[in-house]
Amino acid sequence: MSEPLLEVRDLKVSFRTDDGLVRAVDGVSLTLAEGETLGIVGESGSGKSVTMMSVMRLITDPNAQFSGEVFYKGRDLMKLNQGQIRSIRGSGIGMIFQDPMTSLNPVYKVGWQIAEQIRAHEQVSSAAARDRAIQLLTAVGIPQAARRVDDYPHHFSGGMRQRVMIAMAVSCNPDVLIADEPTTALDVTIQAQILKLIRKLKEDFGTAVVLITHDMGVVADMADRIAVMYAGRVIEQGTGRDLFYDPQHPYTWGLLGSIARLDRPRPRRLAAIPGLPPSLLRLPEGCAFSDRCAHSFDLCATRPELSARLGTTHLDACHLSPQQKKDLRVATIHPELVPETP
Amino acid sequence: MLTFIVRRSLWTVLVMFVITVLVFIIFFKTPGVDPARAIAGRDSSPQILAEIRAQFGLNRPLPVQYGLMMKRLFVDRSLVSYSNQGQLVVPEIFAAAPATLSLVLGAALIWVVVSIAMGVAAAVLRGSLLDPLLMIVALIGVSTPVFWLGQVANLVSQGGLHNTILFSWVPPLGYTPLTSNPVRWFEGLVLPWITLSILYIGFYARVLRASVLEVQNEDYVRTARAKGLTEQRVLMRHTLRNSMITFVSLFGLDFGALVGGGAILTEVVFGIHGVGFLTYQALTSLDLPTIMATVVYGAFFIVLANALVDVAYAWLDPRVRPT
Repeated sequence: MSEPLLEVRDLKVSFRTDDGLVRAVDGVSLTLAEGETLGIVGESGSGKSVTMMSVMRLITDPNAQFSGEVFYKGRDLMKLNQGQIRSIRGSGIGMIFQDPMTSLNPVYKVGWQIAEQIRAHEQVSSAAARDRAIQLLTAVGIPQAARRVDDYPHHFSGGMRQRVMIAMAVSCNPDVLIADEPTTALDVTIQAQILKLIRKLKEDFGTAVVLITHDMGVVADMADRIAVMYAGRVIEQGTGRDLFYDPQHPYTWGLLGSIARLDRPRPRRLAAIPGLPPSLLRLPEGCAFSDRCAHSFDLCATRPELSARLGTTHLDACHLSPQQKKDLRVATIHPELVPETP
Repeated sequence: MLTFIVRRSLWTVLVMFVITVLVFIIFFKTPGVDPARAIAGRDSSPQILAEIRAQFGLNRPLPVQYGLMMKRLFVDRSLVSYSNQGQLVVPEIFAAAPATLSLVLGAALIWVVVSIAMGVAAAVLRGSLLDPLLMIVALIGVSTPVFWLGQVANLVSQGGLHNTILFSWVPPLGYTPLTSNPVRWFEGLVLPWITLSILYIGFYARVLRASVLEVQNEDYVRTARAKGLTEQRVLMRHTLRNSMITFVSLFGLDFGALVGGGAILTEVVFGIHGVGFLTYQALTSLDLPTIMATVVYGAFFIVLANALVDVAYAWLDPRVRPT
């Protein structure tokens, strides 16, 4: 198997606060191959954004502490100096963020902002950069790009602004595009368009994509592999098929069970996972999900490592045996929701 | 943009009109006060009173009185200060303007440069010892009364330490016009410049620091960093460009007020015969015509500054522009 393009190894990110040490990311390991789409799913506070922001070294909080390694094309990003990481940001790894309404600088024209990124990494004239900006705007589906390149961000709607952000992020042909909840702030129809755009760019340029979201439906469609995060740890990782048809971790069962289905009879109550995620100030020694898990037992007091318990590339972090998991899953999630093995 | 400027200018004219009406009513129609006596000042013989009544049309209807006053002020500029031996008021104000402008422009230059440096330094060095230190210095600057500071400066430079090399170059109190002796003009203004700017440095450094810290947390600054730009460029082109919007608006208003004669205390303490000094003199001797004229002069600059600040704001922040 060839070298992964991006490899996160046991990343830990903590923040010193007045109330103690907040462990936002507690030992996360991920890999991303060339051209692959990795989905990272989890609820708010699970550490998904902090993980990827740390990859780009975008966390400027002086109270942040990092440990672990992040390999990009063989170099550990955590050990690079400011100049080196700057040359990777935007040209090797691009990132788009959640709220397009505030992610663009309101006082500069969009064409100027895109050109600024291009000229930060490549030696091109401002006229050439502007032409590239117009081409990019056309590629992301902005109509009349030649005119709109001189418009300010407030002249665009939310969906259009996100397209501009995407144009800007891919302007230097990065190997990796990190999309941090790109559609959360947009309505559903625009969401579909944006995801289609990301997929198209991925196909045209072979960019690897890391898609962070809390929406299982988004990753089902887009991702080759999915990692599920909970309380700063990855608790399950596998292909879409693995996760949706053969989920191994009780948390994943809870996530899937809570999806409102249109093709089944309407339940009287929506299923929810009881309880709340643990406070990141006081993470338990053992499994972070154990106090909410209906199936926890004595072994759960020791932290389960993310490993290949099925002998395949489908990893999970739960001490239950594969057979127990199969039995309990059928009992936990409503039987109708578990389809026949394909 | 052009229509915006034209609309704003018309609005300025309207506001000026309202101000002159208000000033007129305050000075001429305060119940219990005889305007003729007030205008005449201290020496008011019956002949002067009669002359004033005729000239200002005090027996005629209100709008006529207003019209006559405005004519005197703006059209023939023949308004006369009775308590000052019939000195023509309007030319006197214009003669005092260069002194005020010299003081205010110099102080403004100093305070803009220093407050930006301090404000940005404090925001960038946040977390280190320098940040609170700079802000304490700024707070001292804001809290120090300008007349006290000026008097202390005078005591030291004119009195105690005048013969030392530190202050021997300081000329006696007063203003020397630029055209008559540039070196002395400069030397005579150094201490007034510093004194006047200290208050504003304190205020603006704190304002800018708060603004920079706020903008630094904005999403678009994070985006700029994610683009791979240098920290310097992120600070200059992205953070400051947005932080300065508030700074510029506030500066325009303060500067306008100062040009209109707002630096009264500084001018008096340092003996600079500018518009503020004139206002002070007129107030102490209750010289109504001069007071009226300086009030209108000051009001004009404040209103003008407001209009210019609106235009500048629209230029700096595209979101505010009318589409």
